[in-house]
Amino acid sequence: MFAYSSIEQYHAQLQEGQVDCVRAVLHYTARIRETASLNAFIEVYEAEALDRARQLDAKRQAGAPMGKLHGVVIALKDVICYKDHKVSAASGILENFTSIYSATAVERLLQEDAIIIGNCNCDEFAMGSTNENSSYGPVRNAADPERVPGGSSGGSAVAVQSGCCMVSLGTDTGGSVRQPADFCGIIGMKPTYGRISRYGVIAYASSFDQIGIFGNNIPDVAQVLQVIAGADEFDSTLSQKPVEDYPALLQTGKKYRFAWLREALEHPSLDPAIASAIKEKIESLRKEGHTVEPVEFDMLEYIVPAYYILTTAEASSNLSRYDGVRFGHRTQQPGLDLTEFYKQNRAEGFGKEVKRRIMLGTFVLSAGYYDAYFTRAQKVRNLIRQRTEQIFAQYDFILLPTSPSTAFKIGEKTKDPIEMYLADIYTVMANLAGIPAIALPLFKHPNGLPFGLQVMANRFQELPLLEVSAQLMRR
Amino acid sequence: MNTADAYEIVVGLEVHARLLTASKLFCGDSAAYGAEPNTHVSPITLAHPGTLPKMNSQAIESAIKMGLACHCRIEQENYFARKNYFYPDLPKGYQVSQHTTPICEGGHVTIRTSAGEKNVRLNRIHLEEDAGKSLHDIDPDNTCIDLNRAGTPLIEIVTEPDIRSAEEAFAYVTEVRKLVQYLGVCDGNMEEGSLRCDANISVRKKGDPKLGTRVEVKNLNSVRNIKRAVEYEAARLIQMCEAGETIRQQTRSFDAGNGTTFAIRDKEDADDYRYFPEPDLTPFSLTDDFIHSIRETLPELPAAKAERYITQLQLSAYDAQVITDEKTFADYFETLTTHTSYYKQAANWMLGPVKTWLNDQQCAITEFPLKPAALAALITITAENKVSFSQASGKLFTLLTGQPEADPLQLAEQNNLLQESDAAGIEALVDQALAKFPDKVAEYRKGKKGLLALFVGEVMKLSKGKADPKMTNELVTKKLKSES
Repeated sequence: MFAYSSIEQYHAQLQEGQVDCVRAVLHYTARIRETASLNAFIEVYEAEALDRARQLDAKRQAGAPMGKLHGVVIALKDVICYKDHKVSAASGILENFTSIYSATAVERLLQEDAIIIGNCNCDEFAMGSTNENSSYGPVRNAADPERVPGGSSGGSAVAVQSGCCMVSLGTDTGGSVRQPADFCGIIGMKPTYGRISRYGVIAYASSFDQIGIFGNNIPDVAQVLQVIAGADEFDSTLSQKPVEDYPALLQTGKKYRFAWLREALEHPSLDPAIASAIKEKIESLRKEGHTVEPVEFDMLEYIVPAYYILTTAEASSNLSRYDGVRFGHRTQQPGLDLTEFYKQNRAEGFGKEVKRRIMLGTFVLSAGYYDAYFTRAQKVRNLIRQRTEQIFAQYDFILLPTSPSTAFKIGEKTKDPIEMYLADIYTVMANLAGIPAIALPLFKHPNGLPFGLQVMANRFQELPLLEVSAQLMRR
Repeated sequence: MNTADAYEIVVGLEVHARLLTASKLFCGDSAAYGAEPNTHVSPITLAHPGTLPKMNSQAIESAIKMGLACHCRIEQENYFARKNYFYPDLPKGYQVSQHTTPICEGGHVTIRTSAGEKNVRLNRIHLEEDAGKSLHDIDPDNTCIDLNRAGTPLIEIVTEPDIRSAEEAFAYVTEVRKLVQYLGVCDGNMEEGSLRCDANISVRKKGDPKLGTRVEVKNLNSVRNIKRAVEYEAARLIQMCEAGETIRQQTRSFDAGNGTTFAIRDKEDADDYRYFPEPDLTPFSLTDDFIHSIRETLPELPAAKAERYITQLQLSAYDAQVITDEKTFADYFETLTTHTSYYKQAANWMLGPVKTWLNDQQCAITEFPLKPAALAALITITAENKVSFSQASGKLFTLLTGQPEADPLQLAEQNNLLQESDAAGIEALVDQALAKFPDKVAEYRKGKKGLLALFVGEVMKLSKGKADPKMTNELVTKKLKSES
């Protein structure tokens, strides 16, 4: 019987010969089969993962040094490119598309001896908060299979939640890692924009997208972040800042200054049980000697509209390359002229939510509407950046809920996209400001479902964010 | 008065110059021209999912060089924008360009026409990536796409509507071509599309302050065709005005076969390109020091070079102009002047025998077999009267181009082409010549001085053209005088 608790412990067991990588892979592939009804995985690289496990075992047993992620079994969201493997962004427009190169993050995982076990279901082009917008069908929450796991990285979250891998990668454009982590009761971290290369990540909204990490404990998340973060010549939006050795530096027991946003905790859409759990947490932190103070934040009602204007604008352009000319879905209809050919390829290939966002983005960039929407949304984004800077001048962290509710029933919110978009109210702020944020599974709702606390830090303050997270997770 | 004379032609030109960078504007693929189709195509060029652009700083430097050479203001805060449209040879579905902040603004290019010098003002120079090529003539049923060119760096040089004639348009493009070649930022090859030009043409009644509706003419693939297109299109627009027709804003294409233009599309239903800042590239700032360091590397430009040839090498303005027209030609001349100080003669040789030879052989100076040092040796022995100019530029030059490694003097010797300048030898020939025409000698002595040429000619003939003409002249005159 293989039991996993952390990378550190797994590595100790490997060195003592109590387990080996092959047994780990066999454990997870069996587990993936058992949980197949959750629909978390699109493809499982079973034979390949076993081969790699054998090689790693042989290498280790021959005395070779172990990579930082030696034998760590990792799942990838289906928007992260892995050479010679299919990648589709859960979209019909990329059906049977095989990537001819690997994302920088994947290359770095492999360099440190990780084992990629498979790719995970998600919302099409990472657009969604429930994982219901997928050409592979919805993903189910392991806590309650009638409920959504959150999205868009729902498959990656459920893969960790249901014990199908040790850690997984998702992407977070407006909460797509933190919100499913919240719904599934695991840790989900979105680092600073510019910390992890986006090269090889299928773009939704370029100035928001960031790879995020799912895990069961903070040291695991810290270790994966340390491996994949840092400058990359293929992504010019990356920071050149050196990456700290997060796992080695993690210290707990410090006293911090926390801010919480009054408007957020008093928001009418927030589930009262979530509000009271977080307020209690605030009280207990204060009692432990931390500074915890409310701050005013009067821009809450602007952040969801600004987010949807800017992300859909970028998406409408980013998704133009899916035209059926060079790769991807091409219509079987004969005799079309060029414009009809484009329209037919895209009409057949894209799902409803993606089409909705392409239309929205095209509209807000159109002559005559650009200033009213795009320019104004950019101004809102700048104001939010300034305001968060101001808060971080006085506080180390901002505390927020992750989602206004716990996981809802499949199909419950698909009818009203606006209601669905408003559920992103607590997560999009970090993407608009480009700051790191983490969802920590601290609570259980009276309805039996997990939910958590969101902690945000200033740009490139991943180390203190991980430290405080470890401290919060400890109790 | 001719009807056309009542109108003023107003032209603005947009020149696209493909930069001579090793790699593309936003990825490491080779930017070289002429490779097998679709061989310079990485996942980035193909716009595969997940790929991102990375900036080629050499392209930025090239654009700044051109801006400095054209007296532009260099924008220090730059960013790129996306121009969104669908076309099969545009892999990303958008072109990355500098819509709002061109890297160079203002400035001018000085042109010379029969009317003298004039400054054509520039609106801007900006950086952008090229699209691929749609090939319509390979497969009868399909259009084929070659993406080698997709993503290669271009600068677009846009004038104000300052050009007033086909001649000025011709002079402007000639000057721009010269500038990019001198700067080494573009090879200026219009046949291969390294330099492409679109003309915005309108006409108005002389004295009318308002500009007429403009027509954009594309597909101008030689300097001469730019002139032809402006001539044709301006005449067509004037004719329409005279006929009372309304001119619509249009894009037209030039047909080099018959020298006419035809409509491609009306601009009234103009595309909405939905420009917005490219989020995949961070804005970039240029420091004063950086711009200054590029200014330091600017080579001598054609106008300055011509000026230097006039003042320092004492060339005529015309010779200096013609020599500096083509950078490679000027480069050759420049090297030539390091091997000989007979500058004026060197210019004559370049514009005379060398140019004639290149025209006859239909080749460029870069393919000229003689090294500058060898040509300089030939120029020197001619200037020093070792060989006559007619022998040197005729037989010897031909021999030398066939065996370019040979020493000109030795070759002249071997082929008996050295000029006879030994007084005793020539004197003997003079005696022979005079002995041949005793009657003429008598006539000369009686005053028919024009006969001198006959005697000199005879000496030349006897020497097989090798006698130094000046010395022969002197000796004949002396001889005729002394024996009278």
